[in-house]
Amino acid sequence: MFDTFPLWPTRASTTAGSVDALFIFLVTLSALMSLVIFTMIMVFAVRYRRRKGVAAEQIEGSTALEVTWSVIPLFIFVVIFVWGAVIYFKERTPPRGATEVYVVAKQWMWKLQHEEGQREINELHVPLGRDVKMILTSQDVIHSFYVPAFRIKQDVLPGRYTTAWFRPTKAGTYHLFCAEYCGSQHSGMIGQVVVLEPAQYEVWLSGGGASGTMASNGQNIFQQLGCSTCHRSDTQGRGPDLVGLFGKPVQLEDGRVVTADENYIRESILTPGAKVVSGFKPIMPVFQGLVSEEQLNALVAYVKSLNPSPSGAAGGPTVVPSGAKPQEPKVQ
Amino acid sequence: MATAAITAERENYLNQEYGIKSWLLTVDHKRIALLYLLSITFFFFIGGFFALLIRLELLTPAGDLVQADTYNKLFSMHGQVMIFFFLIPSIPAVLGNFLVPLMIGAKDLAFPRINLLSWYLYIIAGVLMVHCMLTGGVDTGWTFYTPFSTAFSNTKVIEAGLAIFISGFSSILTGLNFVVTIHRMRAPGMTWDRLPLFIWAHYATSIIQLLGTPVVAVTLVLVVLERALHLGIFDPTRGGDPLLFQHLFWFYSHPAVYIMILPSMGVVTEIIPCFCRKRIFGYKFVALSSISIAVFGFLVWAHHMFVAGISLYAALIFSALSYLVAVPSAIKVFNWTATMYKGSITFSTPMLYAFGFVGLFTMGGLTGLFLAALGLDVHVTDTYFVVAHFHYIMVGGALMGYLGGMHFWWPKISGRMYPESLGRLAALIVFLGFNLTFFPQFILGYLGMPRRYWQYPPEFQVLNVLSTAGATVLAVGYLLPMVYFLWSMRYGKVAPDNPWGASGLEWMTTSPPPTFNFDQPPVVNWEAYDYEHIPAPQEARSGG
Ligand code: HEC
Ligand SMILES: [Cu+2]
Ligand SMILES: [Cu+2]
Repeated sequence: MFDTFPLWPTRASTTAGSVDALFIFLVTLSALMSLVIFTMIMVFAVRYRRRKGVAAEQIEGSTALEVTWSVIPLFIFVVIFVWGAVIYFKERTPPRGATEVYVVAKQWMWKLQHEEGQREINELHVPLGRDVKMILTSQDVIHSFYVPAFRIKQDVLPGRYTTAWFRPTKAGTYHLFCAEYCGSQHSGMIGQVVVLEPAQYEVWLSGGGASGTMASNGQNIFQQLGCSTCHRSDTQGRGPDLVGLFGKPVQLEDGRVVTADENYIRESILTPGAKVVSGFKPIMPVFQGLVSEEQLNALVAYVKSLNPSPSGAAGGPTVVPSGAKPQEPKVQ
Repeated sequence: MATAAITAERENYLNQEYGIKSWLLTVDHKRIALLYLLSITFFFFIGGFFALLIRLELLTPAGDLVQADTYNKLFSMHGQVMIFFFLIPSIPAVLGNFLVPLMIGAKDLAFPRINLLSWYLYIIAGVLMVHCMLTGGVDTGWTFYTPFSTAFSNTKVIEAGLAIFISGFSSILTGLNFVVTIHRMRAPGMTWDRLPLFIWAHYATSIIQLLGTPVVAVTLVLVVLERALHLGIFDPTRGGDPLLFQHLFWFYSHPAVYIMILPSMGVVTEIIPCFCRKRIFGYKFVALSSISIAVFGFLVWAHHMFVAGISLYAALIFSALSYLVAVPSAIKVFNWTATMYKGSITFSTPMLYAFGFVGLFTMGGLTGLFLAALGLDVHVTDTYFVVAHFHYIMVGGALMGYLGGMHFWWPKISGRMYPESLGRLAALIVFLGFNLTFFPQFILGYLGMPRRYWQYPPEFQVLNVLSTAGATVLAVGYLLPMVYFLWSMRYGKVAPDNPWGASGLEWMTTSPPPTFNFDQPPVVNWEAYDYEHIPAPQEARSGG
């Protein structure tokens, strides 16, 4: 499965290629720069070694030289900065239409759930060639989701969501590491990412024994917890209508405008008082401590699924009418 | 040795008084420097011992030598000891303490008693740290990340935090003393542009110590309070923010890297002109680059947090600023190289360390460019790539400089010469051992091996074995100077006042200097690095 002595990590995502390109550029640049400096030092050391009767020549310095060797590196640095920033921008912006996987990290395991409902532990199955967006949170300390073959890493924090995404380009099994020290079994908090051909993936997905999609689970919880008594689509409820909320700007009571992303929905459920929607009273009960991370994820998935227009939101556009099967994700 | 007998008669800071009390109650900066030397060497060997155990554990992929929890404590305490109890005090508290007054022509530091107090604070902190280690230790990493440190670790976090808190005050007091001394106590004629660049480097370092250390001190107090009283500053379940801790911690701990490396740069800037018999190239630019490193160093902390969950735009700004701070470091490397041009170069031990420093620091700096590149940092941060990078800076750079400085000023400190050929041998061993230890870690990191791993997948083994092999070589390289320095105190050749033919006031007094440094208060009427007018010594001319 893995080589015994690799010198280059497997390249298995679209990001990996661009990260490697920058890396190779930097290795070459560094090799050149050190070659220049070390050759100069060597040459000077030999050429100007102490000899009888030859004294050193006292040189004050040279402003022209100083400016040159400040400006040229600065110029090179700007190039590296921009290059690195462009890649980072891509890494941090999940494309629309990605299939979503919710990840809950805890000491010392990874609990993953696909939006289709399948649950996995320390193992993640994903289809080849399709964008996958991870929505990550932690139940305890900070962890970090790291797949070297994809060149992606994202810290996983308690109390909020972070996101990461990748598109696998090569079928196979790859390491999943926890990269942020998290206690005793930090080095045991490892797993595998299995990239399957799309057809194989569909087989795997249907054999998972999941009881409904995350959104439909979420809808059940929405009912059980009484959310639906206030949030109704007929504008008669005491709370705002949640249809079409995800991805939209929300006007708050205190004048701010925020975008309704996953973290906003999460916060609205756990501590509604923190951001009160304009025109409503802060009557929504606090759910902090009353719902588990998994239930919360399902609720978030449900609220996200209430979007009528798939193109409107950045992230989870699939329309899931209550209880229905998710529509077939398209291979991009 | 007839001369030995005659010189030994001379009264100096070492033989003026005897007895344990004369040392423990001394206010002489030179004696305090030696007290520090003893204490930090003690901690260096503790930290080194932990490092060796870590490397031995990593010899095999399975976690077999020690338990996982033990391993976690080993790397945590290796980091805490090496950073807070060795590297941060190393050059400032030993060489700086000894040399700052000598170099500017002063009798002592501005506040000799505060200087002694700072050593006692260090010792109290050290005793607490040792107690913490002996009674179970701490497993939070040197970084104390929350909420692990505040709510999950069941080791002695509070004790370690307090130890580092106290050592911080020792560091602040040293910095304060240097700033005041450099401002107020310079000899007549010792203008700012005649100061040795070692002094400029220490001035810049002191500013960081003064402005940065209080922040980490407060941060650790918050960790202690949160742990003891469950305050909820960093705990998200109480409305706190774990990232707040990281911001506060790195606000100090990034500049702390410059506390470790700037003094080392200062040392190298003294050594290179001396063994090139030349004034330093671009004095003003080297001095200014120290100050700008100190200032810009405060503006880049979040580059440790590119995957931690900070906003995209914050990341962009901190990446850009990180490249800015790389420029003054580059300027220094170019000026050192240019100083060699048309020099008259010899290759004595200190110079070999200076070469080693420039080489390893350059590699450390260049790999810093990798880490500051946002998209690439995502892959390599929190892997062995980072471990290799900061060891190139902090061991390859700071420690090389410290050893170079110890060799350069050892004749002044002890009044004896160390065996030159052994010195060169040790420098070579350190250089080779260092590269063998840490270069493979760059590859390991790019392959994706996370740091702080007790066990690891088998395909990483070959590189780990190489690294461990290097560590044993490195250990020999560090033990050797320790042995011959001790040997030289008794059997070494008696050192002349200025064995290297170096510029600087410290070489114009006797070796070792008298208690009040100069028999006559010096008056300076020459420029810095005035090598045109200083004859090269006879001894240094001979080769191998
Ligand atoms: C007692 C009535 C009530 C209940 C029960 C209730 N909410 Fe709310 N909810 C509100 C009100 C009123 C607001 C608007 C004021 C605010 O932001 O706090 C709101 C706001 C929200 C928002 C932000 C909506 C927006 O337009 O920005 C979300 C999301 C939300 N609730 C989800 C839930 C979920 C999920 C549950 C069940 C776990 C729930 N609510 C239960 C009354 C309620
Ligand atoms: Cu973890
Ligand atoms: Cu971990």
